[in-house]
Amino acid sequence: MEIIQQLVNGISLGSIYALIALGYTMVYGIVKLINFAHGDVFMVGSFVGFYSITFLHLSFFPALILSMVACALFGVLIERIAYKPLRNATRIAALITAIGVSLLIENGMIFFRGAQLEAYPNDILPTNKINLLGVTVESKSLLILGVSVALMIILQFVVHKTKIGKAMRAVSHDAEAAKLMGINVNNTISATFAIGSSLAGAAGVIFGTYYYKIEPLMGVIPGLKAFVAAVLGGIGIIPGAMVGGLLLGVIESLVSAAGGSLWRDGVAFIVLILILIFMPQGIFGKNKREKV
Amino acid sequence: MLKVEDLNVYYGNIHALKGVSLEINEGEIVTLIGANGAGKSTLLKTISGLLKPKQGKIIFEGKSITAKAAQTIVKQGISHVPEGRRVFANMTVEENLQLGAYLRKDKKGIKQDMEMVYDLFPRLLERLKQQAGTLSGGEQQMLAMGRALMAKPRLLLLDEPSMGLAPLLVKTIFRIIEEINVTGTTVLLVEQNANLALSIADRAYVVETGRIVLSGNAEELTSSEKVKMAYLGGN
Ligand SMILES: Nc1ncnc2c1ncn2[C@@H]1O[C@H](COP(=O)(O)OP(=O)(O)O)[C@@H](O)[C@H]1O
Ligand SMILES: [Mg+2]
Repeated sequence: MEIIQQLVNGISLGSIYALIALGYTMVYGIVKLINFAHGDVFMVGSFVGFYSITFLHLSFFPALILSMVACALFGVLIERIAYKPLRNATRIAALITAIGVSLLIENGMIFFRGAQLEAYPNDILPTNKINLLGVTVESKSLLILGVSVALMIILQFVVHKTKIGKAMRAVSHDAEAAKLMGINVNNTISATFAIGSSLAGAAGVIFGTYYYKIEPLMGVIPGLKAFVAAVLGGIGIIPGAMVGGLLLGVIESLVSAAGGSLWRDGVAFIVLILILIFMPQGIFGKNKREKV
Repeated sequence: MLKVEDLNVYYGNIHALKGVSLEINEGEIVTLIGANGAGKSTLLKTISGLLKPKQGKIIFEGKSITAKAAQTIVKQGISHVPEGRRVFANMTVEENLQLGAYLRKDKKGIKQDMEMVYDLFPRLLERLKQQAGTLSGGEQQMLAMGRALMAKPRLLLLDEPSMGLAPLLVKTIFRIIEEINVTGTTVLLVEQNANLALSIADRAYVVETGRIVLSGNAEELTSSEKVKMAYLGGN
């Protein structure tokens, strides 16, 4: 039963990676930029959630929504200020800018509130133990998993059924042709940043609720791992990010269960190297060479 | 209906259009013929707002649309079917058509126009739920045209609709262009297949290296020695 317990842990962790990976993949799909500041948006979301709960005395769901809204605005702000002026610049210029933005957010956070840890209260969600077919799981894990899955379903709905979702897919396939349909490409790109960042904000609150401790550099490792998850699923492909995230979470948990706790953080990067060697287009990626 | 005056367009320091002027009257089919690289696509892209001219004016139905955003121009009633079709390969035929109506809010009108597109292109109706990327070249051309019609344009810009299609399909496409025109849409048609284009057009312009070098009635041009030599395969 230990293995099933680990599987449950892995899925919970993986759903956090998946939520973050979605933002990477959506932004990459539409502007071909690896937004390395995305992990820091996750961190900011986690802090917004923390302050909403501790200062504003909000409960879990209102805090989650506030954090998602704040991160959506923050994501759009980053896009408009830092990335939009570079839309026609070289990729390396945009990438370096993204790393700069990441450092700015991390150090800005440290400047304004210090580098010390903060801890989410442990009574935000009920922590009953539930017995499911002989396996004990915390009700909190189930709720968190449920929230993540619900967000992913909503995202699928938005992307496939709504007008803005169709515009997003059209722009990511061919921005010029999208313009000919009357689509406002700038607004569509902003909407993509908003949605991706709001999911990172949700992931931040879920992370805090689940693992308690948060700090200004907390976005670095999950950000990198979510990036690996996005590449694993096939960068630019939304279901790929979901599957890649879950898979990475499960692999990590199984490795630590097998006695390799020390290896846990390394696993993601071994996975990255293996995909880049054997399956550079990722699980869902079409086997085509990228235009340079 | 459309008046282009002294248009100059650059790509960096490549001077692609050098003072192009032309006029299209309501109800016409006007064709633009010229060799590869003459500047035909550049002209269409400038009219539809994808490129900004350095100099010159574009007037549509009495209003200046010079250097306006593409979405504004679609809204004013000009749709552009780009060279190479550029359908959204990752989306279904139906979604492509819906995107054509992106700026419209009249649900009923959109539905009617969908029916109109299915009447023009019955093939599309058979393939509604299919990914556009899996269509044949001819079907993609039909989709690109149907998608443009979904915006309910008064002026339709067509860039090389016959490119890469089998002769029989080309005939079908051209018959449909005439049909679209008869039902009240003005057409600006860019073609390398000058014979065919002149056969359905009212008037034509000949473009060479960014300049209009000849213009006139389609019949006149068809019998002109110069056009025969350069574009209609000798004699
Ligand atoms: N994106 C571009 N960048 C630089 N030059 C271009 C670009 N597109 C077209 N050109 C140049 O502009 C000229 C006109 O091209 P185009 O309008 O595509 O010709 P046509 O459609 O008549 O074949 C050509 O010399 C072409 O090489
Ligand atoms: Mg061309």
